[in-house]
Amino acid sequence: MMELVKTGADNHEMVINMGPQHPSTHGVLRLELVLDGELIKEVRPNIGYLHRCFEKYAEELQDYAKVIPYTDRMDYVSAMNQEHGYVIAIERLLELEVPERVEYARVILVELQRIASHLLGIGAFGLDLGAFSPFLYLFTEREKILDIFEKNSGARLLYNYFAVAGLMRPLQDDFKGDVADFVTSFRPKIKELEDLLSYNRIFVKRTANIGVLPAKVALNYAASGPVLRGSGVAWDLRKNDPYSIYDRFDFDIPVGTGEMGTVGDCWDRYHVRVLEMEQSLRIIEQALEGMPDEGDVMAAIPKRIRPKDGELYVRTESPRGELGYFISSDKSAAPFRIKARAPSFVHLSMLPAISKGALIADVVAIVGSIDIVLGEVDR
Amino acid sequence: MGFLDKKYHDPNIIIVSLESALNWARKNSLWYEQFGLACCAIEMMATAASRYDFDRFGIIPRSSPRQADVMIVAGTVTLKMASRILRLYEQMSEPRYVISMGSCSNCGGPYWEHGYHVLKGVDKVIPVDVYVPGCPPRPEALLEGFLKLQEKITGETVIEDRATAVADRESSATSAGTTGTETPAERDLVPDLQAGGSPVPKTSTGDGAEAADRQDAEVSTRPAGAAGDDAPGPDGAPQDKPKSNPQGGTP
Amino acid sequence: MSKLTPEEIARNLQDRFGADRIELMKGSVGQPWIQLAPEMLPPVALALRDDPAFQFDVLMCLSGLHYDKENELGVVYNLDSTTLRHTINLKVRVPLDHPHIPSLERLWKTANWHEREAFDMVGIIFDNHPDLRRILTPDDWEGHALRKDYVQQDFYQGIPTK
Repeated sequence: MMELVKTGADNHEMVINMGPQHPSTHGVLRLELVLDGELIKEVRPNIGYLHRCFEKYAEELQDYAKVIPYTDRMDYVSAMNQEHGYVIAIERLLELEVPERVEYARVILVELQRIASHLLGIGAFGLDLGAFSPFLYLFTEREKILDIFEKNSGARLLYNYFAVAGLMRPLQDDFKGDVADFVTSFRPKIKELEDLLSYNRIFVKRTANIGVLPAKVALNYAASGPVLRGSGVAWDLRKNDPYSIYDRFDFDIPVGTGEMGTVGDCWDRYHVRVLEMEQSLRIIEQALEGMPDEGDVMAAIPKRIRPKDGELYVRTESPRGELGYFISSDKSAAPFRIKARAPSFVHLSMLPAISKGALIADVVAIVGSIDIVLGEVDR
Repeated sequence: MGFLDKKYHDPNIIIVSLESALNWARKNSLWYEQFGLACCAIEMMATAASRYDFDRFGIIPRSSPRQADVMIVAGTVTLKMASRILRLYEQMSEPRYVISMGSCSNCGGPYWEHGYHVLKGVDKVIPVDVYVPGCPPRPEALLEGFLKLQEKITGETVIEDRATAVADRESSATSAGTTGTETPAERDLVPDLQAGGSPVPKTSTGDGAEAADRQDAEVSTRPAGAAGDDAPGPDGAPQDKPKSNPQGGTP
Repeated sequence: MSKLTPEEIARNLQDRFGADRIELMKGSVGQPWIQLAPEMLPPVALALRDDPAFQFDVLMCLSGLHYDKENELGVVYNLDSTTLRHTINLKVRVPLDHPHIPSLERLWKTANWHEREAFDMVGIIFDNHPDLRRILTPDDWEGHALRKDYVQQDFYQGIPTK
């Protein structure tokens, strides 16, 4: 697991290899830690151990619609959000109208997925820092969301449920009831989580004042999502650059306040996620109210997607941050180039900047708090 | 299950062969290496978490390969990762087992065609005992994979070395008529891992819509008796002969 | 200071740096982009970041492209301003046999990994980049995978890739 790689001429410096098999790297991430005793002098992330050629596939499949299942597999923890970003990009490329019912259903699904993703992220973060029981409680809740997804899409993790201008299958009749039940049952659990983990003294000690990311550095590194909001910047694409129907909903943007330490530390990043789950519940409730009961789940679209020539960059707010798709079309049925701008990739690139001077154990906390998914980092 | 299920009159003395006692102990404490690669790792986590609860089978994660009995290759193995997987496998102590979880590590899965950086099946690098199909496999499917592995361990012997034991078991199984349709020549083509090489039943097809009704939980946790005869999953069993035991099929 | 359209940004840049090397282009759909000569990139990018009229403080995305018909490589930069809420896309194209583009790592740190990825996938060489190595594929990988004429190698370290 850990291994002494080399010692330089300077005796005080030591390089330790962490990963790619390590329980706290959230997948196949490899970090080279240059150490002076217990202190980190430098971190060199090595990625690519899960490079699955997404962008090559996007070109080789010769069809815009066939790419959707592969977007699932990029950020497998929040597959619905990945699909959402991609189908929105294609709809803008084709200038398509999406039925009202679909828009509402998508928002509900995506927000549920955001909660599920945060539950996993927080659970794994607690696990990294030695808190095992929150993980079990949170996974119980996550399974309830997956049950709703499974009932409608047929799959637990990778759904392939969003289609261009529609949904692949119609929603089940009791979709609204299921979601409403979940919202009612889940709300008290957030309070439970706060009691169980957020203000736990050991947890606070491990996260407060650790890995502080100042807002200016965060912007220069193009951080987004909870990582940027943890640094106190109220930036949420759902509000600041609204897509889909997010401009119809009333919700707040939680930001890091430095409640337990400094603004932008690990605890702030963690707590923003907790507060965001509450906001997602608010959005879901409003969407349930506004969602029409009848309507198409699929707009009439041409059988083979053949956009005009042009380029566009479409960004949406995934649970991890700004998920962008840059699409270049050359009039043919095959995409000329699709690049996925993955938030985890960007966030991981600032790991060297924020972990300098920390202890080895803090690197685990920092990696957990930026909540990376390696499938998205490597694509 | 095992010898402990039998009723004995004397509470203190159990007469049993050493081998089955050892195998019983081994199969009920399968410590797996905590080592996730991709999407399947999330399902592996779900299997270990509250609803599916690996612990009740004695299956717990270990973070070091040196303490692990079984490696779950959960996810896509890339070429950059392949040499590391081999190294981790080599660090595990014998007896060691490998479960290949998901289509990607079975055969490349959805990255089979244009995935220039994806290894097309982890069995090109390390020998695999159980293949679990699905993209990703449901937690029930992974549990079924573990039951298959337990079944395989039950049949093992500690006195002879594994290779001979497997060959013996195979020939005795054939003479007993369970796979009676085979000619000796055909038998040479069959991979040695009679129980382990077969995939889990058709209920565990991952993305499939039939997962909506919750029957498969019931189906896959049934005693995995003669399940080796089950129809293969959508991936089928990879045809490659596992490399652990090249002389395995020879009687 | 107010939100600017791409046309206004392009006009402003043309006034400053000369109209011949800065051009606003657009496809039939999608967003317009400003096409630049590679040597114009650092001064234009610096102006876009630091000028109070632009304030592009975030480099959202950087994509490398291979134009096989024209025998060219290209890079698209997507910039965003969190203060003025406007966005702009820049594009630089260079010939395949001399694919050198100045690095923007000093302006936006996030460019570091994006440029390494563009080098890895398409083979663009970013001048003055502090650490231009492959990032996704291994160091001893052959070829650049996202080139249209990419041929997959048969073996990598003795392991068959197909």
